[in-house]
Formats: sequence, structure tokens, C-alpha cells
Amino acid sequence: MVAQLVRLKLTLLANTFRRSVWQTIGLVVASLYGLSILFLAVTAAVAGGTLAPAVTGQVLTVVGALLVLSWWVVPLFAFGIDATLDPLRFATFAIPRRHLLAGLAVAGVISVPGLVTALGAVGVSFAWWRHPAALLAALLGAVCAVALCIVGSRALTTSLAPLLDTRRSREVLAVAAIVPLLLIGPVIGWLGDNVEKTVDGAAVTVSVDAAPAEAVGAVVGPLASVVAWTPFGAPWAFASAVHDGAWALLAARAAIALGSLAVLWWVWDRALARALVTPRGGGAAGVGKGLGWFDRFPATPTGAVAARSATYWLRDPRYAASIAVVPLLPVLMLVVGTTSGAGTALLLLVAPAVAWILGFGISNDVGYDNTAFALHVATGTPGRADRWGRAIPVAAVGVPLTVAFAVVACAVTGTWSLLPPLLGVTLGMLGTSLGVSSAVSGRLVYPVPRPGESPFKTPKGATVATLVAQMVAVAIVLVVLLPTLALAGAGILLPAPGASWAALPVGLATGAVALLGGVRWGARVYDGRRPELLQQVMAFG
Amino acid sequence: MGGVTDPSPPEHAALSLRKLWKRFGDKVAVAGVDLDVPAGSFFGLVGPNGAGKTTLLSMATGLLRPDAGTAHVLGTDLWAHPDEVRARLGVLPDGVRLFDRLTGAQLLTYAGLLRGLDRATVAERTEDLLHAMDLAGDRDTFVVDYSAGMTKKIALASAMIHAPRVLVLDEPFEAVDPISAANIRDILHVYVADGGTVVVSSHVMDLVQRMCSHVAIIAGGRLLATGTTDEVRAGQSLEDRFVALVGGRRDSEGLAWLRSSSASS
Repeated sequence: MVAQLVRLKLTLLANTFRRSVWQTIGLVVASLYGLSILFLAVTAAVAGGTLAPAVTGQVLTVVGALLVLSWWVVPLFAFGIDATLDPLRFATFAIPRRHLLAGLAVAGVISVPGLVTALGAVGVSFAWWRHPAALLAALLGAVCAVALCIVGSRALTTSLAPLLDTRRSREVLAVAAIVPLLLIGPVIGWLGDNVEKTVDGAAVTVSVDAAPAEAVGAVVGPLASVVAWTPFGAPWAFASAVHDGAWALLAARAAIALGSLAVLWWVWDRALARALVTPRGGGAAGVGKGLGWFDRFPATPTGAVAARSATYWLRDPRYAASIAVVPLLPVLMLVVGTTSGAGTALLLLVAPAVAWILGFGISNDVGYDNTAFALHVATGTPGRADRWGRAIPVAAVGVPLTVAFAVVACAVTGTWSLLPPLLGVTLGMLGTSLGVSSAVSGRLVYPVPRPGESPFKTPKGATVATLVAQMVAVAIVLVVLLPTLALAGAGILLPAPGASWAALPVGLATGAVALLGGVRWGARVYDGRRPELLQQVMAFG
Repeated sequence: MGGVTDPSPPEHAALSLRKLWKRFGDKVAVAGVDLDVPAGSFFGLVGPNGAGKTTLLSMATGLLRPDAGTAHVLGTDLWAHPDEVRARLGVLPDGVRLFDRLTGAQLLTYAGLLRGLDRATVAERTEDLLHAMDLAGDRDTFVVDYSAGMTKKIALASAMIHAPRVLVLDEPFEAVDPISAANIRDILHVYVADGGTVVVSSHVMDLVQRMCSHVAIIAGGRLLATGTTDEVRAGQSLEDRFVALVGGRRDSEGLAWLRSSSASS
């Protein structure tokens, strides 16, 4: 079974190369990115291990723990789990669950992040190349850590999936998401002055051979000694224990790592057992009242599309998931700001960030429609109506919301002089990102979770495509916004009140022109290739 | 019996396809089909699974751009003037989703407004269609919670809300219960009697033979026969005629190991 599932996963991965040039490019970019990170990490670890093994061991423990933690948590909030081997697809095959579980676990390594993690874990073990016993322990720890990554992420997503499918649980999720985010603050604060070095893992690893080992050790040491007692850090700390000859410590850490693995395995097994006999959907039929938004928008094709979009933003969990981060942003910025010493100033970033998130939210709207888009094709809905209808509800909510964020941020920080440039950048960002989204979504469509599926499920090839689409969109938006940003930047940093004030009209004009131009261009593209768009979404299945 | 068609689309044709081709990769789904659907006919399109029915109907209704060939609806070239044609054409595609987070009434309203109808007309026709499809009691239920048959009916209703002159329905009776199917057939017969044209695809031969005035048989992306139902079946039942034309009936003992008497792996 293990061999079969691994072969299936390899075939699926190979088929993504044959599927489309777009996905091939994405996969190649992702692989290159992964390989470069890998190379950096292994080089740094081996160099560090040669110079100062003890400190390197501590750093590896902390970075490794972060890695395991992100494997567990990130899929819940950001990308969802790789759905290529959805266990439900095997429900009718009468495969003994033990075999299925083992197969899924091993096949879980076969993906770009999985392979990078596995190779990285094994690679950094060679930091201990001067101490064969420690090297052996590090390699065993690496295997254990990779297993923890995969089994942990599957256990969490599988057991939480039924919970997250329902609408009510979205609120629960939003609350739950705050917890890990809030933890970042205290951890950073606890590390005191050396914040920069610990903010991201790469910086720590690279700085080992540059900075004096003692300084790094003083920062990371206490953290590592705590983290090594958690399931996240324990497997990475096997080698340190062997190196120090602390056999009792090694036994304790091995017990923690293997014990957690066993518990997670059991959780996953239970969750899978339940998932396999619980069909998707179910539950009581939902009932709406009257025509809702269709009564409130004008009775035109544009108004109809706007009413439909508004209904979906409120009723479809996939949309809610895409903006779930909005209410958390101010909290996050406050926590990071106060613990890092930047104070409340980071709050000023919330308004433009929210504007960007809202604008990007409709950049793949046809993908979200899936094949229901056939209705727009069959009815001959004009591109103008389609584009404006999707943009208007977002703009109608976005303008007051982002203005409110900007005003509150200025009030809290007491920097009213920053309000004009901030408003310019924020509204410019909203208009530009909406315009770019409207233009792009007539051309680029990529797979997203299908209607009714968990918003945390990621279709094959979607992660990379989303990232590339986001990067391209960010680049375009930034280029368009450059004059506004330059004026605002000059106004704030020099400081030059004239430039500050100029940023407001320039931002407003940029946003308005970008929105009008983007919608017009998007509408023309859309009108020319409605059937092709439909075929693209039909290919997603 | 058909098979020979004019190179130019006839005036009286509701739907007129000429040399339609579609290829997906190496597979030719539709290989140069010529087909005329007379105005005022109840036209059945039959063919085995994978014959290219859905591909053909998608190209005839503006959902899929053909590689070559033309489609005229009531004398207007569909791919040259898509928006003019779509106003007179109602489509029920097979295998696509609906905007199922809307309630039944909202979905019909949406389809009506997208067609550019005014609010009063949409409200009136939504009401009529919900009653005609036995969905009045489920008007405020989300379409996602409808059964397969109800989903088919609401999709059919949204294809009819703008009073098209031609209705193209891909597998309209699939999963629909017999009572609703009979009601839908009545609606369609009245529609045809009033001068409308209906094209349905199906692989239920009995149904097509009873219901349709004209029929076309396609297999492997090619048209095998077309004409009035009586012409095509030539004295046989449509099913026998279909099997004779398409071929592929197996005259064998079947799967011996599947019989319960030899129940061992």
C-alpha cells in the first residue's frame, strides 16, 4: 500500500508537469526556491557546526521547532493541506486503515515542501560531522522530526476539517488563529534586544558564522533549552544531548518526540476513521429569506452581479477565509509593535494592507464561481456588468472600512499630520488593487477550493499559482502606486508637508484611474474570451 | 431520411450547424457535423456515452468555441453575433454547477436580471416557474441543499426565464422524478405548440421516441442519422434502430466470475 500510494503521488506530481506550462513553471520556481533555501541552510549549519557545535545545536533546535510548528499550523490558516491524496477518495476501496495511514504518511513527504523539509532535516544533521555518534543521533532525530511534521499536520487538519466546514466554526477559527499570532509577541519580547536575529530563521542560521558564537548562544540558549522539551524541538535536540554525553536527557527527548508521534498518529487514525464514514455535506437545509441583496441593488445585470457577489461574500466560507486576517491585522500590528519597541506606529500599515487584501480578494473570482460561471456565458452577461458587479460590493465596503482604519490609526498614534498621505496611499491601493484584479481575472484563472469544499483544502497546483499570481499582482500594483508612495514617503520622511498633502489627490486619482482602466480592460478581455474562461474553470472539475 | 444537407443554412431552421469540428488534444470529440433543427420541432439528440453530444450542444449554444464550422440560430451566426443570439436562446448545460449559495428564488431572479429583464417581469416569471416546476415550497431553500432532481428543475427554469425562441437542454430529465418529468414534458410540448423549438439530448430511447418529432443519432463525433422520428426509426423501435446503427452490442455470456453462484475471489 505504501509503495502504491507513493507511486500514485509521484505520478500525480509528474502529471502536473504535463498539465500546463503555467503549473510547470510554478513547480520549477518553487523547486528552485526550495533548493536555494536548502543550500543556504545546510551550508550555514555545517559551517556553524564546525566552528561552534553547541551553539549550532541550539540554533538548529529553535529553527527546527519553528519548522515543525509551521507544518502544523500554517495549513490550517493559509494554504490548506495538499488535497491530491484526499483520504475520502479511498473510502470505497476497502483498504485497511492501518495501510492507508502508513501510505498517506510516506506519500506526504512527496511534495515540494515535503522534500525540502526532508532533505533539509537530513542535510543540517551534517553539522555534527565531526562527532559520529552525534551525527547518528541527529539523523535519527531528523527522520523523527519529518515524521512529526507530516503526521502532525495531517492529524490536525483531518481532525479539525469537519469542524471547519461549517459556517459557525469560522468564528471559532478566527479566534483560534489569534493564539499562535499572539505568541509571537511575547517570544520576541523575551528575546529582548536581539530581535532582528530571531525574527526569521534564516537570519539566525546565517548569522552563526558571522557573529561571535557566545552572543548568539546567549540569546538562543535559554530558548533552545525550553523548546527542546516540547514536541516541536525535542527531535532536533537529540544530537546536542549525545554531544554533551547526557544520556538521560537523550532518553527524555526521545520519549517526548516518539510519544508525541504516537499520540498524533492515534489522533489522525481516529479522525480518519470518522471522516471515512462521514459523507461530505449533510446537515440541515439552509433557508434564506426573500430575495436579500437582489432587492437592494438596482435591477440591472450589473446590480444583479453585485447582489450575487455580496451574497457570496457573506455566505460562502471560501470568501470569508480569504479575508479572515483583516480583523486580526490591527491586533497583530499592536503586539509586534509594542514588543519590538516600534510602538503603535505599525498600526498605520493596517489600512493599506486591508485595502490590498480586499482588492486582491476578487482577483480570481471566476475561479471561485467554478462552472457556475456557465450562467454568465449562457446569458451573455456583458464584461462591463460582470467586472463592475464584482468590484462594487468590495469598494462599497472597502472605502469606509479602510478610511476608518486609517483614521483610527492616526488617532491612536496621535499623528494626524500623517492622515492625508495615509488616506492617499490607502484609497489608491484599494482602487489600484481592485482595478488590477478586475483586469487580471479576465485572463488568469487558477484552481481554488470548489464551492462547498473546505476553504482549507488546496487543489493541486494551486499554492504555487496563487503565490505567483499574488507576486505579479503586487508588482503591478506597486508600480502603478509608485508616484503616490514616493510622495507619501517623501512627505513623511523628509518631512515635507507639501508632498504629504499632494499624496492624497495623487493617490485618489491613481486609484480611480486604475479602477476605471482595469475594469474597462478586464471587460474587453472578458468579452473576447467568455467561452475560453468557462473551459478553463471546467478543466478544474 | 437525412444525411444530405444544404451547404447554406436553410431559412426555416431554428438551429443549423455546418462542418462543426472540435478536438481535445488527440481526441476528436466532434468531427464535422452538419445538422438542421427545423423551427417548431421537438428535437431529440441521442448517442452513446462519449458520442460528443455535450460538446456538440456546447458549440451550438456559445459555451465552447468550435475549432472549425459555423452554428446559426434562427438564421443568425452564433459565433459572429453571440449576444444577439443568446437573447433568443435558452441553455441547460450538463455537468456545470449553479450559483448554489443562492436560494431557488434568488437564482431565478439572478438569471432573469442578467438577461436584462425588468424587476416586475422577473418577479412574475420567477413565481410562475417555481409553481410550474413544483418548487414553490422550496423557494427560500439554498440550491446547494436541493436534491439532484430539484437542481435540474431550477436550472431548467433559469434557462427559460427570458422566454427564448429556442431551448437547448442537455440531459434535462436526468435524476428528475417521473411526476416532475411529466410536468416538464407538458410545459415543453405547450412551448413547441406555440412555435418554440426544443432540442434535448438523452440516452433514454423510449422517452425520445415518445416525445420528439425529430431525432438525430450521433456516435464517435459523427452524425449517423437525422430526420423525423418515424423516418429515422424506419419501422423499428428507436432503440433497435439506434443499436443497429451504433453497434457495439456484445453477444456473450457476460462476466462469469460476477455470478453469485461462483462467489469466490
